[in-house]
Amino acid sequence: MSLIELTGIERSFHLGDSVVHALAGLDLRIDAGEYVAVMGPSGSGKSTLLNLLGLLDRPNAGHYRLEGQDVTTLSGDQLARLRSERIGFVFQSFHLVPRLTAAENIALPMILAGIAAKERAARVARALKDFALDQRAGHRPDQLSGGQRQRVAIARATIMRPALLLADEPTGNLDRHTGEEVVNLLEGLNAQGVTLIVVTHDPGLGDRARRRLLMEDGTLRRDTAAEASA
Amino acid sequence: MRFADTLRFARDAAIGYPLRTTLSVLAMSIGVAAVVVLTALGDGARRYVVGQFASIGTNLVIVLPGRTGTGGFNPANAITTTPRDLTIDDAAALRRGSAVRRVAPLAVGTSEISYGGRLREIMVVGSTADFLPMRNFTLAQGSGLPDNDWNSGPPVAVIGAVVRDELFAGEPAVGKLIRIGDRRLRVIGVLESVGQGLGMNTDELVIVPVALAQAMFNTNSLFRILVEARGREAIPLAREQSAEIIRQRHHGEEDVTVITQDAILETFDKLLGALTLGVAGIAAISLAVAGILVMNVMLVAVTQRTGEIGLLKALGAPARTIRLAFLTEAAMLSSLGAVVGYLLGQLGALALRFAFPIFPAYPPDWAVIAGLSTALATGLLFGVMPARRAARLDPVEALMKH
Repeated sequence: MSLIELTGIERSFHLGDSVVHALAGLDLRIDAGEYVAVMGPSGSGKSTLLNLLGLLDRPNAGHYRLEGQDVTTLSGDQLARLRSERIGFVFQSFHLVPRLTAAENIALPMILAGIAAKERAARVARALKDFALDQRAGHRPDQLSGGQRQRVAIARATIMRPALLLADEPTGNLDRHTGEEVVNLLEGLNAQGVTLIVVTHDPGLGDRARRRLLMEDGTLRRDTAAEASA
Repeated sequence: MRFADTLRFARDAAIGYPLRTTLSVLAMSIGVAAVVVLTALGDGARRYVVGQFASIGTNLVIVLPGRTGTGGFNPANAITTTPRDLTIDDAAALRRGSAVRRVAPLAVGTSEISYGGRLREIMVVGSTADFLPMRNFTLAQGSGLPDNDWNSGPPVAVIGAVVRDELFAGEPAVGKLIRIGDRRLRVIGVLESVGQGLGMNTDELVIVPVALAQAMFNTNSLFRILVEARGREAIPLAREQSAEIIRQRHHGEEDVTVITQDAILETFDKLLGALTLGVAGIAAISLAVAGILVMNVMLVAVTQRTGEIGLLKALGAPARTIRLAFLTEAAMLSSLGAVVGYLLGQLGALALRFAFPIFPAYPPDWAVIAGLSTALATGLLFGVMPARRAARLDPVEALMKH
């Protein structure tokens, strides 16, 4: 059973009078544990695809099965629960809450999920260690470097032990060196079994993925997995 | 999200934006403080007036000449429309009432008092020995009026503290001869200073036997008759008996008005209570304004924190959690404002009491409770809309605003 199964996904937006087809008849299958890079020019629909995969957006038509469950029919709260338990997000601009410390930012998904404070503290302590942030636990985002901020964001994205990690240009705001570190970190998580989907413009980052999807005008232009099997 | 975490999250959010938090807390606290201080003023006025009235004596029934009530046809009215005067004998007759404890007739006029070349205008009250205890007056020196036949007035006087100070300037007054009008009287007592009471400064009174006062002012009528009932429950009976006795003495004509102190007290109590309520209502408007301000502040907060709301949604926060977080923040702002306002208001009332010690400016409990709960209610009510707006945000669009 695939982790992700998209069939006939349509997603269109109304911009003034015109209708933009961000995704048009998309079929896609991603297995658990894969490392996928989604690439393509601006407006090709890769962000829409990521939002859809992250259950932040719903398709106008088609079906999305996540771990065998059709999620297109779920209610908002059921989707929120799935996001909480199964999906982690890493954003280009980190999206840390500025008034919270690194440790509190990492704990945020557990707070929202209603996990007890004691359990939270233990898991945050472990995450801080795993991501080499123990010296930075009490610092707020504006006291952290870009690389540290993204490490906090990744720690936050993985603290609920999700099956799927979605990264939207995770190195976009970082220099080459720290970007490299962050990618290594993400790849390390993938090696531990987390399905990693990275949206990027950067061909260097895209080429590292085992499977590359090239999007254009809301459709899949190229899928290296399909080519390999063909 | 656990309740304690929701509280902490809301608290951190409020602390994270100190200016807007301070402003909305300030607005709310001014509203609550206004309610507390204004009701303290209103209720203080009520207590002050009621206290002043109570100080004229307890369980009093007052008989006034002339009828103010409207009744049916009375044969006596056909003969004369002029009310009969109240006389000393009327007052003496009132003592027969079983519910009546003490009676004091009152004849009042103004005259000139002089001693040792000093001269001043004063109010002369003619009454009897029971007048002082009935009005709760106490003597500083000497003795009160003699308890003798009401119709014979020995030439003696009890003077107020101010009269004593101004005429005798430190000299002992008791035993001295003074002149009131064209009569010479001996000072037998000086009243303890009590200050203002019902517009009549008791410190500037001279009290003389009632028959003497009538002779001075060349009249045989009385200004009032004060009747003290045997107890609180006896007041209605004392009132009835007084009216009945006078009616009999006046040949069946009801030409006097009998009022009870309670009725006056109640009227003032109601009047000033209504005033307090009105003032509280005006102050409540500022609470509503504060509520709207909290709403505005929360709406700005939702706009300001759109990116954060998007993030919370991405991290798996259901709509309810986000609604609750923002509502908790609004409730926190308004309850903090309410508490600060309550303290400010109490401080204001304290300052009022400090500045005017005779004025009992205590906010009534109902006003404090109503003020605090209105603050909380408006804060919550006006917090609902921003909280719903936050919960309804589209996560994709919200995440883009960072």
